[in-house]
Amino acid sequence: MENVKKRWISIYVENEIGVLARISGLFSGKSYNIDSLSVGETEDKTMSRMTIGVTSDDKTFEQIKKQLNRSVEVIKVIDFTDTPIHMKELMFIKINNCTENDKSEAFRIAQVYGITVEDYNKNTVLLQCTQSEDKNNSLLKLLGDCFGYRIEVVRGGAVAIESVSYSDR
Amino acid sequence: MEIKGTELFVKALREEGVDTIFGYPGGMAIDLFDALYDAGDMDVILPRHEQALIHAADGYARTTGKVGVCLVTSGPGATNLVTGIATANFDSIPLVCFTGQVARDLIGNDAFQEVDIVGITRNICKYAITVRDRKDLGKIIKQAFFIARTGKPGPVVVDIPKDIQNQLGSDEYPSDVNIRGYKPSTSVHVGQLKRAMTMLKAAEKPVFLIGGGVKIANAGKELTKLAEKMNIPVVTTIMGKGSMPTDNPLYVGNIGMYGNYASNMAVSGSDVLFAIGVRFSDRITGKIEEFAPNAKIIHVDIDSASISRNIVVDVPIVADAKVAIEEMLKHATACKTQEWVTLIQQWKEEKPITMAHYDGMTPEHILKSINDIFPEATVTTDVGQNQLWATQFIEMNGKRKFHTSGGLGTMGYGIPAAIGAALAEPGQPVICITGDGGAQMNIQEMATATYLELPVIICILNNTYLGNVKQWQKMFYNKRYSATCLKYGRSCTRRCQVDGGCDGRQYLPDFVKLAESYEADGIRVTSQEEIAPALERAKLNTNRPTIIEFMIDKDFDVYPIVPGGKPLTDMIID
Repeated sequence: MENVKKRWISIYVENEIGVLARISGLFSGKSYNIDSLSVGETEDKTMSRMTIGVTSDDKTFEQIKKQLNRSVEVIKVIDFTDTPIHMKELMFIKINNCTENDKSEAFRIAQVYGITVEDYNKNTVLLQCTQSEDKNNSLLKLLGDCFGYRIEVVRGGAVAIESVSYSDR
Repeated sequence: MEIKGTELFVKALREEGVDTIFGYPGGMAIDLFDALYDAGDMDVILPRHEQALIHAADGYARTTGKVGVCLVTSGPGATNLVTGIATANFDSIPLVCFTGQVARDLIGNDAFQEVDIVGITRNICKYAITVRDRKDLGKIIKQAFFIARTGKPGPVVVDIPKDIQNQLGSDEYPSDVNIRGYKPSTSVHVGQLKRAMTMLKAAEKPVFLIGGGVKIANAGKELTKLAEKMNIPVVTTIMGKGSMPTDNPLYVGNIGMYGNYASNMAVSGSDVLFAIGVRFSDRITGKIEEFAPNAKIIHVDIDSASISRNIVVDVPIVADAKVAIEEMLKHATACKTQEWVTLIQQWKEEKPITMAHYDGMTPEHILKSINDIFPEATVTTDVGQNQLWATQFIEMNGKRKFHTSGGLGTMGYGIPAAIGAALAEPGQPVICITGDGGAQMNIQEMATATYLELPVIICILNNTYLGNVKQWQKMFYNKRYSATCLKYGRSCTRRCQVDGGCDGRQYLPDFVKLAESYEADGIRVTSQEEIAPALERAKLNTNRPTIIEFMIDKDFDVYPIVPGGKPLTDMIID
C-alpha cells in the first residue's frame, strides 16, 4: 500500500438509466472506497459528468481508472491528480437551540469564513457553505467545536472542473 | 415498412449470421419464439434447464468462435442464466443473452416473473441493457453483438420488455456501430513491442507464458512459429493449453497450482517472462511476492485492466495477441537459449506428471486412452479433479479443441458444453470428462443430447466423492471429510473421517441404468483392460450419447500441488 492519498477523477458517462448503478457497483464489487460521488447532466443531454473522490494507493488508483475506462458506458476518464481544478462542495449546516450569543457567533463565523447565512429564526441558524471539500471539512470541525451535537449537516459531494488559468482554486 | 419488435429481432439475428439459438420459452418470451417459428434457417435448441442452455451456447461459441445466442423468458428464466453469464465473462466467451421482460408499465410493480436482470448481471457481464424504446431495438442488438465479440470478448445481456416485442416500428437494422465509450484496440504500439523484443533477445532464460487470449485470438500457429524461430520454451495456463501442440519439443506444460514441475521451475527461474493473453490469477502465480523473482516481465493483453493488476510488469503492451505476435515475427531472430531449453527438458523428463505410483485403473490410463482413440475430438471438462487431470494428461495436437471453465470453475459445465460443441461440429464425437458430482449438476441434458442425436461421450470419473475438496480435506484439514461424500445418508455419522470410503450404500444413481433410461449407451468400466473397448464401443455410437462410468479409487489425488499462498517452487510432487 504505497502512497495512500485522496484523489479526484471526473468521468463522462452515458446519461442512461442504470449507469450510476453500474459505476457505483464497479467500486463496491472491487472493494474500492468511494469518498464522494456527484453526478449531473452536461451541456450535452446525452452525457452526464461524475466527480468522484477516492482515497487509495497508486496501484489501486491505476486499476480504478482502467476499470472505468473499460466500461462501455464510460466515455472519458479525467484524472485530476496533477491538474489545476476548481472544486466546490455545497454543505448546509443547521445550528439548533441557539442562544442569542450562539447566533452572534454563527453570524461572525459566517462573515469571517465567507459562508452565507441562508435562513434563521428565533433559535436556529442555517448556514450555506460552498467551498472545497477540504475547507468544508475544517469548517465543520470548527462548528462542531463551537456548537457540538446541535449541528445538523447535509453535504452534496464535490464537483470539479479544470481551471482555465494555471491556478488551483 | 413498420414491423413488430419480434420481427426485427429475427431479422437482426439473421443479419448477424446466427444459425443456432439456445432457447427456453416462457410468458415474456413467447412472442419472440413465435417469430422464430417461421425462421426455418435458424435452429432453436431446447435444453432442459436455462443454466445448461447457456453453458451449451458457451460450448458452441468456444467451438465455432462465433457469438453464442441465448433466448429465455423473464424472472426465473433470466436468473437461471446467471452462473453461465459469470462463467462466460471470466473466460471471455462471446455471448448475447436475450431475456424477455414484463411490459414497461409493469416494471417495478413486482409483476409476475419480473426481475431486474440487468441489475443482477451488471457486474458479471461485459454489458447489460434493457431496451426502453422500440426505436432503439435494432441499434441495441447491433451493439450487443459488436461488444460481445470484439476487444476482450464477453457476454452481453439484452432485456426486451414484452410491449416492445409487440410494438410496431422501423424495420431497419443498422449496418454500422459507433459506441463512443467503447473503442477496442486493434493495433499494437510498435515502439513498445520493439523494446520488449530487445529485452527478449538479450535474455538467457526466456519463457513465453501463454494464456487463453492466444486461443481466443486464434494465434496458436503464429505463436508456434515464433517460439520455434526464437527457440524459446512455452509454458501455458490451463486456458492457454493447446495454443501450441503439446508434443512440440519447446512445449513445457501448464503453470500453476496443479502445473507440472518443469513449468513452475521454468517460470520461477526465468530472466525474461513474456506473457501473452494471461490474467496472472492467483491459481497461476502462487505467492505473488515470489513469482518469477528474477524476471523482467513483459505482458501483452487486449485488456489494459489486466496489465499490472496482480503482477507489476516492466513492459506493458495493450494489443490483440495475434496482432502482437505477427508483429513480433517480423523482428524475431534465434536466441542463444539451448542450455536453458535443455535444462527445462531435463526437468520435464526427471519429474513428469504421472499417476504411476497408484495401483489400478487411474485417470492417467483413461485419459491416455482417450488421446489414442480420439486424437482430434473436442474435449470438455467439468470442474474439480476430473478437470485437473484432463488439463494434465489430454494431448493437444493443434486440431483438438479443449473447453473448460477455467476462471469461474463452474461445476455442471461439462455436459452442456459438450452438447454445444457437438452442435457446432455435426457428426464429430465430443468427449466430456466429468466427475460424479459435476455430472449430476446438469444430467437432465441427456434428454437433449439423445433427441438431437449427438455423439457426446460422457466419461464420468466416479470416485463417489467431491474429490477435489476431499483432497484438500485430506491434505490440509486433518481428514475431516465434511460434506464431500456423495453416499452420505441418514445412517452415517456426520463426522466422517473414514479415509478411503466405507461400505455404505450402493452409489446412486446407477449411471448405466440412467443412460439407458435416456436411450443412451451406458457402460461401466472397473478395470484398465476395459477402458479401450468401452471407448471403441462409444465411438460406434455416432448418433446418440454414451455414458462411460469409470469406477476409480477414492484415494487418487491430483499432483503436483502448490498449496494455496505458497510460491510456485513449493510443489508437493506426490
